Amino acid sequence: MTLVAQHSELHDDALDGLQLSTRLDRIWRTPSGLIGALTSVDHKVVGRRYILTAFVFLLLGGILAILMRLQLAGAEKHVLSADLYNQVFTMHGSTMMFLFAVPVMEAFAVYLVPLMVGTRNIAFPRLNAFSYWIFLFGGCFLWISFLFNVGPDVGWFAYVPLSNLQFTPSKRADVWAQMITFTEVAALAVAVEIIVTVFKQRAPGMTLDRIPIFVWSMLVTAFLVMFAMPSVMIASMSLILDRLVNTHFFDAAAGGNALLWQHLFWFFGHPEVYIIFLPATGMASAILATFARRPVIGYPVIVLSLIATGFLSFGLWVHHMFVTGLPQLGAALFTANSMLIAVPSGLQIFCWLATLWDGRPIYRTPLLFVLGFVVVFVIGGLSGVMVASVPIDTQVHDTYFVVAHFHYVLIGGAVFPLIGAVYYWFPKISGRMLSERLGRWNFWLAFIGFNVAFFPMHILGLMGMPRRVYTYTPDMGWDRLNLLSSCGAALFAVSFVLLIANVVVSVRRGAPAGRNPWDASTLEWATTSPPPSYNFDRIPAVDHREPLWSDTESLRVVAGLSVERREVLLTSLAEADPQIREASPEPSIWPLLTALATTVFFICTIFTPWAVLWGTPPMAVALIGWFWPTGSREDEE
Amino acid sequence: MNQHIVQNVGELPTYGFGPRSGPWWGAMGFITLEGMGFAVAVGAYLYLYAVNPTWPIGAPPPDLWPGSLATALYLLSVIPNQYTNRVAHRQDLRKVRACLIVMSLIGIVLLVLRGFEFAHLNTRWDNSAYGSIVWLILGLHTTHLATDLADTVVLTVLMFTSHAKPRRFSDVTDNVFYWNFVVLAWLPLYVLLDWVPRL
Amino acid sequence: MSAWMRSGLVLLAAWPLGACAGRQSALDPHALQSADILRIFVAFLVVAAVVWIAVVVVLAVGLWRQPSLSRHPLALHPPFERRAGQIVLGLGIATVLIVLALSLVSYAGQRSVFAKDPNALTLKITGHQWWWEVSYEADSPHLSFVTANEIRIPVEQPVRVQLQSADVIHSFWIPSLTGKMDLITGQQNEIQFTAKRAGVYRGQCAEFCGLQHAHMAFAVIALPQDEFKRWRDHENQSAGSPVDPLSKRGEELFRARGCALCHTVRGTLAGGQLGPDLTHFGSRTTIAAGTLPLNSASLGAWLADPQHIKPGNLMPQMALQSDELIAIHHYLEQLK
Ligand code: HEA
Ligand code: HEA
Ligand code: HEC
Ligand code: CUA
Ligand SMILES: [Cu+2]
Repeated sequence: MTLVAQHSELHDDALDGLQLSTRLDRIWRTPSGLIGALTSVDHKVVGRRYILTAFVFLLLGGILAILMRLQLAGAEKHVLSADLYNQVFTMHGSTMMFLFAVPVMEAFAVYLVPLMVGTRNIAFPRLNAFSYWIFLFGGCFLWISFLFNVGPDVGWFAYVPLSNLQFTPSKRADVWAQMITFTEVAALAVAVEIIVTVFKQRAPGMTLDRIPIFVWSMLVTAFLVMFAMPSVMIASMSLILDRLVNTHFFDAAAGGNALLWQHLFWFFGHPEVYIIFLPATGMASAILATFARRPVIGYPVIVLSLIATGFLSFGLWVHHMFVTGLPQLGAALFTANSMLIAVPSGLQIFCWLATLWDGRPIYRTPLLFVLGFVVVFVIGGLSGVMVASVPIDTQVHDTYFVVAHFHYVLIGGAVFPLIGAVYYWFPKISGRMLSERLGRWNFWLAFIGFNVAFFPMHILGLMGMPRRVYTYTPDMGWDRLNLLSSCGAALFAVSFVLLIANVVVSVRRGAPAGRNPWDASTLEWATTSPPPSYNFDRIPAVDHREPLWSDTESLRVVAGLSVERREVLLTSLAEADPQIREASPEPSIWPLLTALATTVFFICTIFTPWAVLWGTPPMAVALIGWFWPTGSREDEE
Repeated sequence: MNQHIVQNVGELPTYGFGPRSGPWWGAMGFITLEGMGFAVAVGAYLYLYAVNPTWPIGAPPPDLWPGSLATALYLLSVIPNQYTNRVAHRQDLRKVRACLIVMSLIGIVLLVLRGFEFAHLNTRWDNSAYGSIVWLILGLHTTHLATDLADTVVLTVLMFTSHAKPRRFSDVTDNVFYWNFVVLAWLPLYVLLDWVPRL
Repeated sequence: MSAWMRSGLVLLAAWPLGACAGRQSALDPHALQSADILRIFVAFLVVAAVVWIAVVVVLAVGLWRQPSLSRHPLALHPPFERRAGQIVLGLGIATVLIVLALSLVSYAGQRSVFAKDPNALTLKITGHQWWWEVSYEADSPHLSFVTANEIRIPVEQPVRVQLQSADVIHSFWIPSLTGKMDLITGQQNEIQFTAKRAGVYRGQCAEFCGLQHAHMAFAVIALPQDEFKRWRDHENQSAGSPVDPLSKRGEELFRARGCALCHTVRGTLAGGQLGPDLTHFGSRTTIAAGTLPLNSASLGAWLADPQHIKPGNLMPQMALQSDELIAIHHYLEQLK
């Protein structure tokens, strides 16, 4: 029957307009209701959830930050006890890095990449759903533990021996370590999806040199994730084993080594920061091109910079360990390496400056945030170059100077472009525009608040204020600048309140966006806002790097995909020539069930090693259920 | 926005083998990151080896025979594995079934043998950092072996059901591909675990 | 860029303040090493400032030279594109050169800051949660002694400090003398510095080491050579046996109430190792690792309830009767 079916099957060249879209919607729609919500494998549904959840974690982490700023606003304050403060800064750092910054970037990729490369769904949509559930459960696990006063209190890099059983007998360190496992599993899954989507599902004609820069940045990031995260997974696994079945990886008395932990962590930890930063640069490039009204200058330079940053980032980890007594010459080499990474970052900045120089800038909120990003990030980058120098680092390491550095790069370098991206793509995601007036307020409050909050920290660090101290005495002379910093933080927080308000209001009352409100050039703007379940009624065919600019009145498309079952078009790696009409999975409850089984497994294994035995079968069953053919037509030929 | 159709892809196949297909790249991705996991574990082993004056710590090196025997088996298993690949490409259901059964059996034998390998490491995970790292590495590869075995068994069963449709042969070839990786990953680990302590 | 100006002004306003708030500041060096580092830092700061200003100026001008009418985004001007490409690459090369130069400056700095002097005064510091054990080593054992939370050094003489940890990782840091170095479990590190001026310099643990990381400070007192010798000879002696009856009683209680289980007072039976050596405690300037200045009141408070002053520190509350407390208090104070 199968062969017959194949030929008698209806394709999208046989239909048009409304007929076509209703047909497609029938097969691609996520079923409504609770079941639909739990089984959806639509990258847009999952992506939206992913983004929203990550922002909730930003708020939670931010509220913790506000608490810290209250405690530090003056000398010897009693807002937080020592014990609570240590949990709070650890939760803040871990939440921001593992539950906000990395996931939010991948979330945008999950939503945007398939649209930008012109396909109907992400590769491995069920894995994608699974990834979201694991991320969600991991985050909840961390925060519920925190509410029950077993929140980690060993810092976001949990140095041993402090995090060993002997010095942290409570479950707090295990919670941290297992949260890592959750988030890394989620991240690795998305990385694989993105790579395969970009390699195999690009619209016909989207050759390597026509891939949008944002997609390039996510591709490089995905590779960084694949090569960096295994390291921290091995590390956290070893830590749990040390704590649970007394292995001796980090126990100096039995041949273990405390620095092994630092090497394993930072071999991941440094690339991690570019995992956060590179997508942000991709967003910046996308926004810049649109609002400077011209393609970004130096496309090849930027792409090569992204790749170069990716490679270099694996040769820098030791710059987090300059005061651990490593050999001098070795350390010096890592200094040179760390500074060299200024080159690719610099090249990107230069390309953007050139673009603006020739552009016809239109000052909308997204552009404002990108301009703010350039101004602020360069400060953070340059302070990075300073701390990359061993002698300087011996003074500023583990002080507020470093805290200033990484907030300048994390917030200036990643959060600013991210907020810009929210203003830029919100119309696509929701179909409505955000308020421009609120947007300007949002930007200026953020810009001023941020600098007032974090610039003084440089000086505090030089004045000898170590990080991770829950209090200090008045005679240290740190209180004035700390108060200033706290005020700035308050302003900055208000800017986020404005953002929330803007989103909440505009989702309902915002002006309708239409397909392409910014007259942008990339494919996601070729479809309706919000996009239909099937993204494009026909797969676009690309013959230019800026398709919507090169061909304004009509869209080149390919026809011939089925309208009776979910199908995506696979194309060749380099030239993006059509190769296969591959089936794309239907909605399924199994990813959720697998995620639940995995969650039980992960949580129980920090209490008893035997959980490995009785925790595995449920996962296995769920996985078989996941992959077992449903008998639906797309597996049956 | 009005469209003009520049190409019709209606005649393209609906599944393919190797780099043409999506799942192959998925497998490739997971192989890469698992390979990275092994690389990191090996790095940790060598680091501990470097910082410790004595190696192995408080234990004789592992007995050679279980590891060596397993290695031989891994290498031999490549032959039936490649044959499976061939018959899968030929879409010869009968032969594929037979091969999958053979591969499942090989997997089971190796899993049993793995038990002996653990027993003959001559150290426990809680003896010293040496014990910990060798148990970790062998454990990692064991989960690797076990998951691929489970995979193979499920696929075997699948090929005996009504779901044994042409596109499944692509899955079979991906499974073959993955097994080769399990073998490839083992070889350096064998040298590391069984021979480095004898240096 | 008004916001930028604002925080710029903050910097200007704060800089002198930073420079003079010298209890523990990298901005007012009193040793060869910290001075070297500050010099390198300023060099980097200048380069960074120049680069940043350049970027912002180019950005501002680029935006300001608002070309008039809008045009089609793809109506590009090839010669400009080529020029722009060349300029970008030129700047890239410039960046390479600058960072290489900075790397060299940095390495040169390393050489001078970490230079080792063979005939330096050596002392060994052991980090504990959350206090510092300081032992002066000398070739003749009876010239070696142990103290805590306070380091006295001679000026103008290189001092080599060997760093190790009794529990978790700590970091030894005296900003106005030199950069920090970690005390790592199962490993010994070394750091060397030469104080230029006599004075009291505050140091603080810089690696997060648990609950009371914030209260793990210490004082470095740089003395003229001869004064240092005098102090050393005195410190080297064991505690003189108390004369007045009250401190005699204090000594007995110190044993009887279990203080001796954790504290050593050389020359008495008190030989505990879990807490700071108290042999010459009375002559220290601070109590509980720099948590409070040492005076009759703070000592009384500490003895009454150490957990109130430094929550979670490893000295339990000892439930002393007030008269016992007075006696011990008296005894400790006369341990000069
Ligand atoms: C988005 C995240 C992000 C980014 C992009 C960076 C970027 C850089 N970082 Fe940063 N870093 C962090 C996040 C990030 N960092 C975090 C989170 C920590 C702390 C972890 C912790 O301890 O908790 C940290 C800590 C950290 C340290 C350790 C400090 C310490 O603990 O003592 C060092 C040391 O070398 C360092 C260096 C650098 C360098 C050289 C860059 C470079 O990539 C910067 C390059 C960019 C520029 C230089 C600006 C643009 C370039 C030009 C305009 C060209 C002209 C420039 C020159 C001529 C110099 N970083
Ligand atoms: C992307 C990462 C990220 C982000 C965005 C932030 C954001 C902020 N961080 Fe973060 N920070 C880190 C990453 C990040 N941080 C890391 C990795 C560490 C190291 C941790 C460690 O040492 O282990 C750290 C440490 C750190 C410290 C040092 C703690 C210490 O060493 O003792 C401080 C101190 O001021 C601080 C402050 C802030 C502030 C004020 C913000 C502000 O930007 C926050 C802005 C406010 C919000 C985002 C909330 C706004 C919303 C509301 C308040 C509205 C009300 C709520 C509702 C309506 C629901 N951070
Ligand atoms: C269980 C061990 C223990 C016992 C018993 C103990 N102490 Fe302590 N003591 C410590 C520790 C640990 C510290 C360091 C606390 C810190 O600074 O974190 C300390 C600090 C001190 C200090 C401050 C030392 C300095 O250099 O600042 C004094 C004084 C002191 N103890 C006196 C006493 C007296 C008197 C008693 C008995 C009544 C006593 N201790 C009993 C462990 C103990
Ligand atoms: Cu000791 Cu921090
Ligand atoms: Cu880094």
